[in-house]
Amino acid sequence: MSHVTTQPDAARPAPSERGRPPRRQGRSRQVRRNTLVGWSFILPNFVGFALFTLVPVTAAFVLAFMEWNSFGSPEWVGLDNFRRMLGDENFRVALFNTFFYAGGHIPLTLVAALTLAIVLNRKIRGVQFFRTAAFFPYITSLVAVAVVWNMMFNPTLGPVNQILETLGMANPPGWTASTDWAMPAVIITSVWRDMGYYMVLYLAGLQTIPEEYYEAARVDGANAWQRFWHVTLPGLRPVTFFVVVMLTIQSFKILDLIVVMTDGGPGRSTLVLAQLIYREGIREGRFGYSSAIALVLFFIVLTVTVFQFRLNERRKA
Amino acid sequence: MTAMPDAASPASPVAPGKTPATAVRARRDRHLIRKAATYIVMTVAALLVLVPFAWMISSSLKRNNEVFTVPIQWIPDEFRWSNFVEIWDRIPMVTYLRNSAFLAITITFLQVLTGSFAAYGFSKVRFPGRDALFVAYIATIAVPWQAYMVPQYIMMQEAGLTNTFWSIILLQAFGAFGVFLMRQYYMSIPDELVEAARIDGLSEYSIYLRIMLPLSKPALASLALLTFVNTWNDYMGPFIYLTSNELWTVQLGLRSFIGQYSADYAMIMTGAVISVLPIVVIFLLGQRYFIRGIATTGLKG
Repeated sequence: MSHVTTQPDAARPAPSERGRPPRRQGRSRQVRRNTLVGWSFILPNFVGFALFTLVPVTAAFVLAFMEWNSFGSPEWVGLDNFRRMLGDENFRVALFNTFFYAGGHIPLTLVAALTLAIVLNRKIRGVQFFRTAAFFPYITSLVAVAVVWNMMFNPTLGPVNQILETLGMANPPGWTASTDWAMPAVIITSVWRDMGYYMVLYLAGLQTIPEEYYEAARVDGANAWQRFWHVTLPGLRPVTFFVVVMLTIQSFKILDLIVVMTDGGPGRSTLVLAQLIYREGIREGRFGYSSAIALVLFFIVLTVTVFQFRLNERRKA
Repeated sequence: MTAMPDAASPASPVAPGKTPATAVRARRDRHLIRKAATYIVMTVAALLVLVPFAWMISSSLKRNNEVFTVPIQWIPDEFRWSNFVEIWDRIPMVTYLRNSAFLAITITFLQVLTGSFAAYGFSKVRFPGRDALFVAYIATIAVPWQAYMVPQYIMMQEAGLTNTFWSIILLQAFGAFGVFLMRQYYMSIPDELVEAARIDGLSEYSIYLRIMLPLSKPALASLALLTFVNTWNDYMGPFIYLTSNELWTVQLGLRSFIGQYSADYAMIMTGAVISVLPIVVIFLLGQRYFIRGIATTGLKG
C-alpha cells in the first residue's frame, strides 16, 4: 500500500554522502536528530499500538501451541490443540457456517453495491438524498439493525413473510426460527447493512472512468449493456479488487451481528468461527485452544487474500 | 409517472422524412422518460433500503399489540408518543447514553490526537526504519481483531482492568486505522511546504501544529466522525469487558432490555430509535467528511 510512495526517500541520502567525508558527520547527526524527532511523533500512538495490538497478535500465535486454562499455568503442547480441533464437532460446524456466510455475503454485497452505485451515479437533482439513504444502514447501530430485522423476519406475523405471502408464496421460510433459514436471514441483513459502504467505494471508482470512453463506445454503436460490460466493468477493476479483499476479510471474521441477532442459533445453525473463539476463549477460559482456532481463522483469511492478490496480478499481466 | 403512457411513442414515429421540430420534440420526450425511469428505479431502491427504518419508527409509536398485525399497518392509528417518555423509566437510558457518549468522545479524541501526530512522523520526517514500522502498522489492519481478542482479554484481566472503561479506551484509542487515514492525507500535502517552513526556522512540532493541522481539517473531521460512530455502535468491546449495569453503553442496555422484555415490541423499537438518533444527527451534519474518509482510505489502499 505504501511501498511506491516511500521508496525514493530511502535511496536519496546515499549518493550525496559518497565522496564527501567532511559532511558525513553533519549528515549522521542530522539522521540521529530526525530519528529522535520522528519517534517522538510516533511514540504516543506506538506505545498503545504495541501494547494492545502487536503484543496480543504475537501472543495469539504462541498461545495456539499451548494448553492454558483460566486457573492453570501455560504448558507447551505442540500441535495438540489442532489435533483436538479435527475431532471437535463444534469447530466443523462453525467452519462450514463461516464459509456459508462468506459465500453468500461476498457476492451478494458486491452485486448490490455495484448496482446501487451505477443507479446513483447520475447528475440529477435529489440524487444526494438517495445516496444518503443507501448509506444509512451502515452507520445504524448493530443492535437496532438486528432487532428490527429479527422482528421483520418473524415467521408468522413479520412483514417479510407477509409480503412473500401476498406475492403468492404458500409456505414462506421460517428465517431466524429455522435451522435452514437462519443463515440466509443473517446474510440478507448483513448485505443490507454493508452495501452502502461499498457503494461509496464504487461511486468513487466510477468518477475515475473518463467520460470519453463512453463517448467512444457510443460512437462505435455500443448499447447500454455493452458499455457496462466493456467500459464500466474493466474501468472498475481496481475498485472491485479492493472491495473483494475487504469483503473477504470482513466476512470471515463476522461476529457481532451473529451474537446479537441469533447468538449462533437455532441449535448451532449460525455458529461461526469467531464466535467459537469467543466462547472457548473468553467464556470458557480455554486460552490455548481458542487461540489455535484464531490461528486457523487468520490463515483462512490470509490464504484467500493472497490467492486474490495472485489472481489480480495475473489478470493485470 | 405521468410520462409513462408516452413510453411507446418516441421510438417509432421518428421515421425518415419527419420535420426537425418533431424530431427534437421526440428526443426531448425520450430524455424526460429516461429521467422519470431513473427516478422510479431510485425510489424503489431507496424504499427497499429504508423499509426497515420505516418499520422501526412506525412500531416505536404503536401499542405492543399493534406491532404485529395482518395486514401490516405502516402508519399507526394513534401515535403513541408516550412510548418515548415511558422508556426513560423502564431502563436507565440516561446512564447508558452518558456512558456511550463518554467512551465515544474520549476514544475519538485520543485516536485523532495520537493518530495525526504519528502520521506526521510517518509522512514528513525521514529516518531509518520508518517504513518498516509503518508496514507493521498496516499488517495488523489485515489481521482480524477476532483472532487476538483472547490475548487482549487475558492482558486486561491480569491488569485488573476488566469491567472498567479503561479496557475499552486502551484497546480502541490507538488503532492503526487513524494513523493510516491521516498519513494518506499528509502524503498529499507537498513536502516543499514543510521544507519551506523548516528553512524559516520552524521546529517540527510547530510545523505540525501550525501548518499540518489547519491544512488537514477535512481529514481530521473524517477520522473523528468515523471513530465516533464506530465506538458508539461498537457492541463486542463493551459486551466482553463491561459487566456492571452502571457501565453499560446504549447498545448493551438495549440488548439486555430485549432479552428481558422480548414481548415489549413497541418499547424495544422505541429504544432502537433512541439509540440511532444521535448517530443520525452526527451523520447528517458531517456526511461529506464521512463519505470522503471512506473513499480515500479505500481507494488509495
